[in-house]
Amino acid sequence: MRHVLSALVQNVPGVLSHVAGMLASRGYNIDSLAVGETENPDLSRMTFVVFGDDALFEQVRKQLQKIVTVVRVDDISSQDFVERDLMLVKVQAPEGVRSDIRELVEIFRGRIVDVAPDQVMVEISGQESKLEAFIDMVRPFGIVELVRTGRIAMVRGISRVSGEDKGGIRKAE
Amino acid sequence: MGRGDAVPARSEPEQATETVASPTEQKQETSEGQLKRGADVVIESLLAHGVEVVFAYPGGASMVLHQSLIRYQDRLRTILPRHEQGGSFAAQGYARATGKPGICMATSGPGATNLVTAIADAKLDSIPIIAITGQVKTHVIGTDAFQETPIVEVCRGITKHHALVTEVADIPRVMKEAFYVATTGRPGPVLIDIPKDVQEALIVPDFEVAMQLPGYEVEEPRSHPEQVRQVAAAIKRARRPIIYCGGGIISAEASDDLRQLAKQTGIPVTMTVMGLGAFPNADPQSLDMLGMHGSVYANYAINEADLILALGVRFDDRVTGKLSEFAKYAKIIHVDIDASELNKNKVAHIPICSDVKYFLGELNQIVEPPDDMSDWLEQCATWKREDPYKYDQNYDGILQQHAISELSRLTQDRHTIITVGVGQHQMWASQFYQFQRPRTWQSSSGLGTMGFGLPAAMGAQVAHPDALVVDIDGDGSFQMNIQELATCHCEKLPVKVMLLNNQHLGMVMQWEDRFMNGVRAHTYLGPIDRAEAVGNGDGPYAADRYPDYVNIAKGYGWAASSVSRKDDLVDALTEMIDTRGPYLLDVEVPYQEHVLPMIPGGASINELIKE
Repeated sequence: MRHVLSALVQNVPGVLSHVAGMLASRGYNIDSLAVGETENPDLSRMTFVVFGDDALFEQVRKQLQKIVTVVRVDDISSQDFVERDLMLVKVQAPEGVRSDIRELVEIFRGRIVDVAPDQVMVEISGQESKLEAFIDMVRPFGIVELVRTGRIAMVRGISRVSGEDKGGIRKAE
Repeated sequence: MGRGDAVPARSEPEQATETVASPTEQKQETSEGQLKRGADVVIESLLAHGVEVVFAYPGGASMVLHQSLIRYQDRLRTILPRHEQGGSFAAQGYARATGKPGICMATSGPGATNLVTAIADAKLDSIPIIAITGQVKTHVIGTDAFQETPIVEVCRGITKHHALVTEVADIPRVMKEAFYVATTGRPGPVLIDIPKDVQEALIVPDFEVAMQLPGYEVEEPRSHPEQVRQVAAAIKRARRPIIYCGGGIISAEASDDLRQLAKQTGIPVTMTVMGLGAFPNADPQSLDMLGMHGSVYANYAINEADLILALGVRFDDRVTGKLSEFAKYAKIIHVDIDASELNKNKVAHIPICSDVKYFLGELNQIVEPPDDMSDWLEQCATWKREDPYKYDQNYDGILQQHAISELSRLTQDRHTIITVGVGQHQMWASQFYQFQRPRTWQSSSGLGTMGFGLPAAMGAQVAHPDALVVDIDGDGSFQMNIQELATCHCEKLPVKVMLLNNQHLGMVMQWEDRFMNGVRAHTYLGPIDRAEAVGNGDGPYAADRYPDYVNIAKGYGWAASSVSRKDDLVDALTEMIDTRGPYLLDVEVPYQEHVLPMIPGGASINELIKE
């Protein structure tokens, strides 16, 4: 089963390495991992996509939670959430097929962000399945290079997954 | 660099260091609002947290800290081990004996990496230690400088928490966090890496600074009343209940609460190797240790139980053997302070994340004995009667089990702390020494580190100067930290070593005998041209024992003697016990003995070997 985990971590050196090392040493396979600063510069957000049964997933969550610099961990896949992946892809686009590619990009609501004599660079974001579909469609033209950010996710509505409800950066005594 | 009141240190290190050492500065250190060196702030933080002893080995990147240790020597004892690993296991020995965090210190690079084994060991056994390492100066970090190791990177997965301090102003906060994290929740090791220039830098320290641990639970987890009622109800209904308790009881100081639960309910108690001492072996309700080399009766009982109260344990593979076969018929109540232990190896019917002492306190207020378990108690008593731990009492010589039993008998009436290495002697000690109280038994249980015994005994002796501290060791393990004989002599620590000398790596040899057709593969510890090296020894004893431990011990300033006749054993042990200073007793034992009973790794109770 697929789980999307959202972890709030302290923005200090070594957290990514600690988290990645823990996952690797316990043999947990991570499908995707994205990291970035949050609105609070003291905190970063890590989004994981994990495949596995509930027992394995529960261990991943608890082991993450145990790391002192990990502030909180939420399984947001049980909630209504928005998930996005950003991709840049360079496609072969010689004279004659360029308009076909443009059409595809429009259908997928992507953008052409760079044009070279025989290639175009496309920016596209969306759910994993949409990106996969786009990749399948442009593959016949010839993919030169492809980069993805990994998945990020956020719960819909007013509920908010953050450190705020625990008092933000709590001053433990 | 230079946040807050920090003043960067001068770049010429040697000059800076020398000015620190000046004794004229001594008087100024205690006054408030004064500039202090980072190293002094470290030591004052230790003092503020009640530290009374540090096990520290100096080097280039930690000598500033040592200069501070000398200045504070009237309030803080520093013990110089003869190897950083010895120092770090001594810190563990201190922590295991007291429950207070043990402090060790080493320089950067090789000094720091020599701490790694004891840190990993403390993580697996949940022992609170704080390891402080010197690091190369901040401006050369990452340049492969002399004696530079990224020790925080190395230790990330084996510490509970770790910090590289890059700002001198952070020292009081980081120290506070280290003590807090090491000793709360499930205890564990914390590493603090301090570059030399940060040790030298000046600061007006703020010891009242708040911690910044947003990801660390402040409250100890506590069971809910509903859970406690569920447990009480399950106990009342149970017909074949058993208490399976471990190191969590010791670290939670919950031994008395456990004893009360046992008394109130009459339920039999079995312990893990980490739990020995939580419940007295001599109590009729005790089923002693369970697991691979646990008692036959404990393993039968846990296998047949219909209710298991698992308290401060982690269903380790050395306890369960084949997981799918372990305790198949039982309802499992699992109480642990670490949520990640619940449902990790074995799914619990009632998982309770709680401080076990709190839980037991609540439970004891409402618990009633099971309605009917008379058949069960009779069954347990029968198992215990039929298959006690045993050895050949008539053996013409000194068997390891006999030596341990005699030591146990001779030391029951006094405060005795037993430490061990790892191997056969460790298991025999866990079987044949009768423990009465918590924190009187120290064993590297999770990591299984050979060489643990002597340095751990040192640490325990520092914590309890008047106790009799005996390292029951094997000749393989003993040699792994033999240099600490010097520390015991020089620091006047009257540690005793009962060396069960069989000239072999006994536990590996036992596995060779059982599972590998007795082929000797580097398990004989004497010269390679002897017959024993290839398993062709003549008779039960290895000939011409090597090395001469009595002379080695004497060379280090210890009193020492050797014993090989059974009739001389009690006198020899008595002399060891009564000697005021450190004493090594080299006991000649045969090498064919196997630790029994035994459930082979990954096997079930059905494959239990009794003979």
